[in-house]
Amino acid sequence: MELLIEIVYFISAAVFIIGLKQMSSPVTARQGIVWAGIAMVIASLFTFADPAVLHNTGNLGWMVLAIVLGSTIAYVTAKRVAMTDMPQMIAVYNGMGGGAAAAIAAVELVRVSRAPETAPDTTIMVLAVLGAIIGAVSFSGSGIAFAKLQGLINKTIRLPLHMVINLGLFVAALVIGGMMAFTGQVDPMLLLIFFIITLVFGIMFTLPIGGADMPVVISLFNALTGLAVAFEGFVLQNAAMIIAGTVVGSSGTLLTQLMAKAMNRPISNVLFSSFGSATGGGEDESIEGSMKEVQAFDAAIMMAYASKVIIVPGYGMAVAQAQHKLKELETLLEERGVTVKYAIHPVAGRMPGHMNVLLAEAGVDYDKILDLDEVNPEFPTADVALVIGANDVVNPVARTNPDSPIYGMPILNADKAQNTIVIKRGRGSGFSGIENHLFYADNTRMLYGDAQKAVAGLIAGIKQL
Amino acid sequence: MIEGFTALYIFMLSAFTGYEVISRVPVILHTPLMSGSNFIHGIVLVGAMVAMGHAETGLETMIGFVGVMLAAGNAVGGYVATVRMLEMFQPKKKEG
Repeated sequence: MELLIEIVYFISAAVFIIGLKQMSSPVTARQGIVWAGIAMVIASLFTFADPAVLHNTGNLGWMVLAIVLGSTIAYVTAKRVAMTDMPQMIAVYNGMGGGAAAAIAAVELVRVSRAPETAPDTTIMVLAVLGAIIGAVSFSGSGIAFAKLQGLINKTIRLPLHMVINLGLFVAALVIGGMMAFTGQVDPMLLLIFFIITLVFGIMFTLPIGGADMPVVISLFNALTGLAVAFEGFVLQNAAMIIAGTVVGSSGTLLTQLMAKAMNRPISNVLFSSFGSATGGGEDESIEGSMKEVQAFDAAIMMAYASKVIIVPGYGMAVAQAQHKLKELETLLEERGVTVKYAIHPVAGRMPGHMNVLLAEAGVDYDKILDLDEVNPEFPTADVALVIGANDVVNPVARTNPDSPIYGMPILNADKAQNTIVIKRGRGSGFSGIENHLFYADNTRMLYGDAQKAVAGLIAGIKQL
Repeated sequence: MIEGFTALYIFMLSAFTGYEVISRVPVILHTPLMSGSNFIHGIVLVGAMVAMGHAETGLETMIGFVGVMLAAGNAVGGYVATVRMLEMFQPKKKEG
């Protein structure tokens, strides 16, 4: 039986890798996740036959209950949540994985505290402790990431000496963990303190990071959870966990780098400095011109008589769930012979690709959705660029002002279009807190209001013509 | 049985595999892929089950219970979220 379980784990690990490979192409992605899902179910079912699980039949009922509870809660929430809220749900599920890895370590360490003679050798203890730290940080940190994206925590919180406190917590966790690992003696009280410190560290680490940077952080926590799972895999001598965890750890790290690169910011910058509080020289430069407001009807006329319109959606569109209205607008414009294209910045929305998912949900064709390199040469030929709830990703200072904190970030050149209409909720600046010079440009008109209502206004306007 | 350098080799090869497997992914799939890899570390469920099996005292069982519950949530939530996102990329079928 044990051999059979090993074989199942081996096949599962292989299927996970193949599934992940398939998930990196749009054609095979669905098939990939389904195969990985089947492998996961089979691996879990066979685990019931594991000697460790079988020898403790008293726990079996509880185990099944735990699986049913966890699965049901996750299933219901994942089914119900709106597409726009997906990023924070990924954070939650990822945090659960991190918590589970930490719990594995906790069970093993509590057992060592009760029966020191069962302590595994030092290498395993070190891995258990490291997995515990990483898993717990991912758990509590993901919780904060969720709270931030869900809007439960709105501002970046930064205590005096924040970095020093964080460093202190981190070192304390390492020292206590090291003591447990190298002595093989686990004091229950110390273990409790150890977990409290690591959980607090995860919270403190995530609090100062701004909402705009959360996707990078979630991706990083995803990679970390993978690593924690791999470490606990070593502890439990489970190759499937080691392989799957490590693969996620490294692919997650790569994904994190890709995201940070899309924002043109090194990861260290994302993690250790907050955007909003930066008092870069960018603000000093005086802004010429003023914001010019436009009514929906006038904006509608501009678009209806254009020959080419490029729509630039941003987070504001996602929040307002305006993607369906946008599709309606596209159809109306196309009926009038206007060419409509969508320009997606790599970090538009809350995660790379998030905007594509939302537009696809509304039924927009892929080939109308262009990425940065494809669309930038097209702006000068567009009569109207319609910017919806996007800000920093169209800010021309990224090209022009070397002092600006976002200087060098690749942006969509919406300012190069003949006319630009910006739909925006209010006059405030974007996530980065940097003034957007595009809004003050001569050929820019501001259409204030919630993205969904504003687009509805445009639709009504075009229908009247 | 998995020890010392064997473990290290598994770790190294898996790390390179993960890196290679997603190195040429289009931007539109970044979010679904993150969600998918999030699902894959849901394999922590099998570990949580084994750890709960090791549990002998009430406290250990309780921690194990929480672990298994969280792990199941990771796996199921990760799966459903990924499938829902990838459904968006299906060729048009909801028109009907």
